[in-house]
Amino acid sequence: MMMKWRGWALATGALAVSAMAQAAPPSAAMLSNACAGCHGTNGGSAGPTMPSLASQSKEAIEAAMKKFKNGERPGSVMGRLAKGYSDAEITAMAEFFSKQKLHVTSQSVDAAKVKKGASLQESNCGRCHIEDGREGKDDTPVMASQWLPYMQMQMADYLSGKRKMPEKMKEKVDPMSKEDLDALLHFYASVK
Amino acid sequence: MTLDRRSFLKLVGAGAGAAGLPMIGRAAELMPKGAKRVVVVGGGYGGTIAAKYIRMMDKSIEVVMIERNDHFVSCPFSNLYIGGILKDLNPLTIKYDKLAANHGVKVVQAEVTAIDPAAKVVTTSKGTVSYDRLVLSPGVDFRLEEMKGYDAAAMEKMPHAWKAGPQTVLLRKQLEAMKDGGTMVMTIPLSPYRCPPGPYERASMVAHYLKANKPKSKIVVLDANPDITSKGGLFKKGWKDNYEGIIDYRPAKKVTEVEPGKMTVLIEGLEDVKGDVVNVIPPQRAGQIAVAAGLVGDDKNWCTVNPTTFESTKQAGIHVIGDASNAGAMPKSGYSANSEAKVCAMNIVALMNGKELTEMSGINTCYSYITDKEAVSVAAVYKVADGKIIAVPNSGGVSPADFSAAKIEAVYAESWLRNILTEMST
Repeated sequence: MMMKWRGWALATGALAVSAMAQAAPPSAAMLSNACAGCHGTNGGSAGPTMPSLASQSKEAIEAAMKKFKNGERPGSVMGRLAKGYSDAEITAMAEFFSKQKLHVTSQSVDAAKVKKGASLQESNCGRCHIEDGREGKDDTPVMASQWLPYMQMQMADYLSGKRKMPEKMKEKVDPMSKEDLDALLHFYASVK
Repeated sequence: MTLDRRSFLKLVGAGAGAAGLPMIGRAAELMPKGAKRVVVVGGGYGGTIAAKYIRMMDKSIEVVMIERNDHFVSCPFSNLYIGGILKDLNPLTIKYDKLAANHGVKVVQAEVTAIDPAAKVVTTSKGTVSYDRLVLSPGVDFRLEEMKGYDAAAMEKMPHAWKAGPQTVLLRKQLEAMKDGGTMVMTIPLSPYRCPPGPYERASMVAHYLKANKPKSKIVVLDANPDITSKGGLFKKGWKDNYEGIIDYRPAKKVTEVEPGKMTVLIEGLEDVKGDVVNVIPPQRAGQIAVAAGLVGDDKNWCTVNPTTFESTKQAGIHVIGDASNAGAMPKSGYSANSEAKVCAMNIVALMNGKELTEMSGINTCYSYITDKEAVSVAAVYKVADGKIIAVPNSGGVSPADFSAAKIEAVYAESWLRNILTEMST
């Protein structure tokens, strides 16, 4: 009986104030939509220095947010914002974005670099950056169609030591030239 | 005399409310309403997002967005245009065609002149539109009664440029025409007003322009507030490092009157200050349509809302988002409006489907430029506690005090703009 009355009140909009007390905690969509002002609707970014979150792996987003939260990963607003969420909320947002369709970007990339990057990716990175970077092993981020300026900024942070490279990545990256790394990023940016 | 349908409607529209047409209570219904309709008033940072997200979440709800202009110019980044860093307003301008094409939002270009909350009808310059729920995102209007002499003609001499568009262009033109050695005067109203750090960013951008182009000139900032209201430490450091002798900041100087003929502003009748260019940012309140609908709270300025649904506490069925609403700890910013719109949209969809409401979670992220290559930011996460919107404790805050992130934040800010305007227009 109580439920019925409440259903009626909600449906008609009557007594919305009393219903307020019974609102459910923020859902994954409620939490994630707030991010879209900077990361694009459903996590598909239109800004070349902000990463797309759409189709990113759940584990990668969780790992990134926790590193922003504890200060391990450099960021500007992200460190401050990540502190505003519980681990459970971070997991909910990570799940939300992982379920979105890959945001395919059309970027101007250098065809020769893309070709070189494709072969470097296969022999060096493909074990973790699976399917040409469309998927990631464990918490390895999805790279496909990610914005080139964003990836270049992250690579610069890795090389300067501001951002800590995972051991397995470091083994592969250390012997590579700057040109090799640039070619790799052009390749990932080109993947549709 | 015979009338075709169009002329007849024109006549009715022109005569609505006048005594000459006793048979007709109001102008004709512009578009007959189906089962479920939300009307959104305002096509800015809040309105576009509310309209789009309702459609994204429930295609069975018809959404009509009414906006007086056929385009929208962003206030965020308009200070960069005034400072000569952006050459035109095109990067800040959006149109609505893709909201219609991609999401089926019905966009009506018209002026909303009245709201009848009992009948659930809005009257526009083109006819009436019925609704089941109404979302108002009207932005701000000015409390001109608190700024003596500041009428429409005065605004052409002493632009506010606090609504982006022709006023922004006018202020830049005046600044460009000012002689070297001239003084620009800017007035800031008591908080709360639209965009807390906006006036200080504007002072920075004007100073950037003067330093490069008219180095003998200065800007006098008359702030009604006792101190800088947002990112204070960062602005002070930025001004000291870049604009010493150019920005003359005077706190606790409340301008209450202007004399456009003399190009002076008066501080509470005690002191007058003259400028070659005068930028008056008047005190503000919720957009007039929200005031007329009786939605403002005890302060008579801002609309009180339920923090979960953004439904007015004064009128059932009307939701208010963006600068016009009092959203607790959330500042009157473009990003806040974007975030509030999504909360409002989700809970309107729940209300119209008899589903459970969801507590709000929101974000504000706001960048201010200090120079053409350096920006500072404030960011926070918001939630509801004890019926109020609060910033989540131990999170959020401003950029590092040493400006170590200022160059990278100037780069991020550009992507902020690209993303938020793309969200609003696609």
